[in-house]
Amino acid sequence: MNDAAKSKMKARIHIVKRAAMPWYQAAGIRALALFLAVIVCGIVTYVLTGDNPASVFKTIFEGSFGSERRFWVMLQNLSMLLCVSLAMAPAFRMRFWNIGGEGQVLVGCLATAACMINLGGKIPNGFLIFMSLMAAVSAGAFWAFIPAACKANWNTNETLFTLMMNYVATQLTAYYIIIWESPKGSGKVGIIQQKSQAGWLPQIGQYKYLLPVLVVFILTIIVYIYMRYSKQGYELAVVGESEKTARYVGISVPRVIVRSMILSGAICGLCGFLLVAGTDHTITTTLAGGRGFTAVMVAWMAKFNPIGMIFTAFLLVFLNKGAGEIATSFGLNQSFSDILSGIIIFFLIGCEFFISYRIVRQRGEGQNV
Amino acid sequence: MFDFVSFIPRAVMQSIPLLLGSTGETITEKSGNLNLGIPGIMYVGAISGVIGSFFYELSLPDRSLINPYLGILIPLSCCLLGSFLMGLLYCFLTVTLRANQNVTGLALTTFGVGFGNFFGGSLIKLTGGAVPSIALSATSKCFSKVLPFAKDTGIFGKLVLSYGFLAYAAIVIALLSSYVLNRTRTGLQLRAVGENPSTADAAGINVTRYKYAATCIGSMIAGLGGLYYVMDYASGVWSNDAFGDRGWLAIALVIFTIWRPNVGILASILFGGLYILYLFIPTGTNLAIKEIYKMLPYLVTIIVLVLISTRRKKENQAPEALGLPYFREER
Repeated sequence: MNDAAKSKMKARIHIVKRAAMPWYQAAGIRALALFLAVIVCGIVTYVLTGDNPASVFKTIFEGSFGSERRFWVMLQNLSMLLCVSLAMAPAFRMRFWNIGGEGQVLVGCLATAACMINLGGKIPNGFLIFMSLMAAVSAGAFWAFIPAACKANWNTNETLFTLMMNYVATQLTAYYIIIWESPKGSGKVGIIQQKSQAGWLPQIGQYKYLLPVLVVFILTIIVYIYMRYSKQGYELAVVGESEKTARYVGISVPRVIVRSMILSGAICGLCGFLLVAGTDHTITTTLAGGRGFTAVMVAWMAKFNPIGMIFTAFLLVFLNKGAGEIATSFGLNQSFSDILSGIIIFFLIGCEFFISYRIVRQRGEGQNV
Repeated sequence: MFDFVSFIPRAVMQSIPLLLGSTGETITEKSGNLNLGIPGIMYVGAISGVIGSFFYELSLPDRSLINPYLGILIPLSCCLLGSFLMGLLYCFLTVTLRANQNVTGLALTTFGVGFGNFFGGSLIKLTGGAVPSIALSATSKCFSKVLPFAKDTGIFGKLVLSYGFLAYAAIVIALLSSYVLNRTRTGLQLRAVGENPSTADAAGINVTRYKYAATCIGSMIAGLGGLYYVMDYASGVWSNDAFGDRGWLAIALVIFTIWRPNVGILASILFGGLYILYLFIPTGTNLAIKEIYKMLPYLVTIIVLVLISTRRKKENQAPEALGLPYFREER
């Protein structure tokens, strides 16, 4: 085939950006992608376990809803993932790629643990919790402020900077774990203030996880209102759409960057506080558990809409719990859930193409452009 | 006294996966694709090689009968195939379907690390084998074979000749990549795609083809890094999460070398050295300080990243269009 014929072939298909699609059509495409992804996951599970698909889906369902305890664990995981995703939303809205959620959560954990260990029993409990909260929030905010300030001043690449900050945080945590380890030589911190429960968040009734879940629920609404209806939220959107426009209308871009990142880091710090003071009462280097990275995907798939994030976060947590259940019952490795999440995410980010663009076929030989 | 003779070979062995990963990522980034899936791709490269040689060793009546050529060729081609497919997936999503590069990359890492750990942890169970863990010592011997006279050459031999063939391959690949990137027409066109894809497109360069080729080749090179780690460094023993954060360190190395694979050879040894420095520094009873030493590679990278952004020297910057999608219709 000669070059002219080749270029004619190519010109027959081209891609055009769509005008905004009605929401039900977009939702339909996403649902279809999810459906296809579930089928692929079903096939993969079938090939690996040989179990029949109906029983596989029943097992997945039981992972989250099998018992009251599982349901609460699922809710707790969901709220923590949602919390980090909420933190990502303002940064991503202005196209600041904060993939340092992991580190920001971890320094939040670290600050909380530091307060609980060093001040526990020395000051009134309510004051201690307040101190821990403030310390965690400001630690997270500080961790985010460093890359933000460099981005604002020198346009330093924020993706790579925040990524590196994760590991600085991990090693810092590892350092303090050895200093605080108890019993000595175990390499673990153990449950902090197990006897006095100083600095632990109070429990509502008999539900251990209810308070963190409620906090995140309220936070979701606040972030939604902030992004949607506040002046600052609007400025974020303008900076994200076009920095030039933002400058032209008199928005100080560096200020918006620094302010939003501080907010983003502060929410991550809050998540760290909830993890240590609210549920785990200990600290490990893996306490953030990859949520900083998963949250990026959660926020992206929901198009930075806090309400949408509830669904995308639920989807991933549900899948994670379900796949864990399958792995346990077949004696397989727990990483099975990462494979399934990966497949679902590939489908969901791939399908966005069909929402934003359409493929135009040219008919007839001579009519092409 | 600091023991250089035992420190340097260990630093070099640490450095090879980082060098391969960062060479692969540099080539990818030169096309404007910021592939954050590299850690996942290295896992997939490693586990694909492991799966290949696992079945090969299983098919042998006796491990000692292993054919050294097949013993290398089978894991090598499995590794290249696995990492190629990961690169292809990344390209399909980001270039053809125009998905966001960061999100796709992170998804690829989640998937790849999960894939590696899942099959590493379940391979024996799935095949119904009787062995307790994956230990491919026969294959590993093929990979870590050194020149026959290397032992007789004293300190020189220990410092320079004591590595498996993939280590030398890594250095050759890095030099070759530097040459291709900076001295050939292909390299020039590739850099043009990464710097300014619309100009490159206007000049008649096929942007899509370059992005696909660079990312897939880059992924395959990075995958080799995973293979080297498990077959040579870890003596063929797979343990979950043992590869650790080396994939991210490889990405850090790309910045540290300011996108130059030839600089990467020495820089990776420096990183490898920093990575294991804590084993060689006498700390006495203060174990905690070792964790601070492990922070060094990342801190150094951050400093370099900030410095190059404050200096604004043109030849030291990241590719201009790094991480940005290119759609011809949206200019």
